[in-house]
Amino acid sequence: MMKDPFGGIILNIAFRMLVPFSVVYAVYVLLLGESSPGGGFQAGVVMGFGIVLARLILGEDSILFNIKAKNSLALAGFGTFIYALAGWLTLFGGGKFLDYSFLPFTAEHANELHALGILMIETGVTICVMMTILNIMDALVKRSEDDGSIE
Amino acid sequence: MIFGIPVREFIAFVLMGLGLIFLVGSAIGMLRLPDFYSRVHASGNSETLGTALVFLGLAVYNGFTDASFKIIVIFLFVFLGNPIGSHILSKAAYKTGHPVWTRKHADEVEEFEKQAGEEEN
Repeated sequence: MMKDPFGGIILNIAFRMLVPFSVVYAVYVLLLGESSPGGGFQAGVVMGFGIVLARLILGEDSILFNIKAKNSLALAGFGTFIYALAGWLTLFGGGKFLDYSFLPFTAEHANELHALGILMIETGVTICVMMTILNIMDALVKRSEDDGSIE
Repeated sequence: MIFGIPVREFIAFVLMGLGLIFLVGSAIGMLRLPDFYSRVHASGNSETLGTALVFLGLAVYNGFTDASFKIIVIFLFVFLGNPIGSHILSKAAYKTGHPVWTRKHADEVEEFEKQAGEEEN
């Protein structure tokens, strides 16, 4: 085990305790979003907070958590795609856009379909918000032209 | 009942109002203070306190529900994460040799910040 990996006891403790806990807590906020306050945006912000903190502690050169600007932009688009996919699935099931009762899955009650649909769009929103925050951070700390960002 | 509103809501309003005062002070400090370290001080200290007070006010307003549990956990994240972020920023600035602003060395700091800005672009 490394003795002093991140430069000081404050940063060690922050990285070892705060980062994993905030990411796990973001998943909790996401999963409970349909029945209580919370949901996609909040989960994305908390998860983005954890990863931004890890990036700040580890520095630019680290391999861990190093999501390049082009990848974060692409994943933000992918989150939006998941959101739209939930809407299209209801269209394919024969209903209106985002009408969760018509999701083409089998379920005993309509409530389960509603919960599934809400979980899908909130997963998409979480990914989109988290990656947008990481992209903003990349734009703020950018030094040179060729850091992988899309011009 | 205080001024015609329930006590719990009154406490929540007072906490949130105090938090707003600190947040406005932090924003003014970000705009007005002269150099990097003092601006980190403005955004690190008073913003943490302001956000913490607003979150505590919201938790008091909600009472003992799972919503206020979530608010308390988020409050802990902000309370730990914001000072750590300021610590990292000021440590990095100190290691790269950013000069500290004083009345005598004001020109020096201005020169350094201008140079750093040019290097970035």
